[in-house]
Amino acid sequence: MIEFYILAFVLIASAIFVITAKKAVYSVVGLLVHFAALAVMYFSLAAEFLAVIQIIVYSGAILMLFVFVIALLSSGVAPFSAGPNRLPKIAGPALFAVIVILGFLIYGVAHVPAAAPHGAAQAAQSGTASIAGPVGAANVFGSVGDFGKALFTTNLLPFEITAFILMVAVIGVILLAGESAPYVQSRRRARIVEREMREAILRAGEE
Amino acid sequence: MPHESLLPVAILNYISLSFVIFLIGVAGVVLRRNPLVMLMSIELMWNAANLLFLAFARSWMNNAGHIFAFLVITVAAAEAAIGLAIVVVVFRARANVDVDEVALMKG
Repeated sequence: MIEFYILAFVLIASAIFVITAKKAVYSVVGLLVHFAALAVMYFSLAAEFLAVIQIIVYSGAILMLFVFVIALLSSGVAPFSAGPNRLPKIAGPALFAVIVILGFLIYGVAHVPAAAPHGAAQAAQSGTASIAGPVGAANVFGSVGDFGKALFTTNLLPFEITAFILMVAVIGVILLAGESAPYVQSRRRARIVEREMREAILRAGEE
Repeated sequence: MPHESLLPVAILNYISLSFVIFLIGVAGVVLRRNPLVMLMSIELMWNAANLLFLAFARSWMNNAGHIFAFLVITVAAAEAAIGLAIVVVVFRARANVDVDEVALMKG
């Protein structure tokens, strides 16, 4: 009960931080907090598999993509070695944030099977998965086994379409941003564009 | 028959939370001019929809909502990859980070 409101507060606050942060990197950090809190909320909704996917795909893959693009676009503006060493100042808050997020995650994992027991009879009666039971068992709602069974039997076609979508995305990205993209004609032109990019980034940083 | 009792709180709370996050995402897309932040706001909107899918899946004890959320995550990943590739290409070609100045497609 109270967890929901704490999580809702974290979710809304981090979402507002994402859209109000001055620099794109700060937005990424806000998004990271948002996704972690969302994963905990998924755990509280008994969607274990999707909670883990949320962390792996969003916090792991998509946010890394954002960070890489930001790093790529601002390379040359301020080399990483040139800035002041901020580690001593942020180590404490960062450690605190990590501990809080981990605590939330562990709390969420520990409370996955904690469902109202009176729903179980109805669920068993209607032939769907039961809600109480060991985590990961195939007959527990939202467990990996349950999700996998649904994904690979009744929903096999959507799963195949998923593969197709990802394939199209990969081909599209390679075509757009690949080595032979026809946007930069020569090395000289490339250097000019790179310098303009740096200036543009600097201007964007002051916004 | 939905089982509100299966949820930690009433379904209305999830709907409101999802709505608020979605609106924050919309505000981010509309108000910010940085394409990276706009893409992140779009991610916020995807996730607001996902949260609602999972809340209703739990409420109805029907894991079709999980499948939908899975599809949404896949499409969001593809969208982020392509969107970021477009951002990189636009930066490369025009050295521009303000979407208002990139108005080639404007009618």
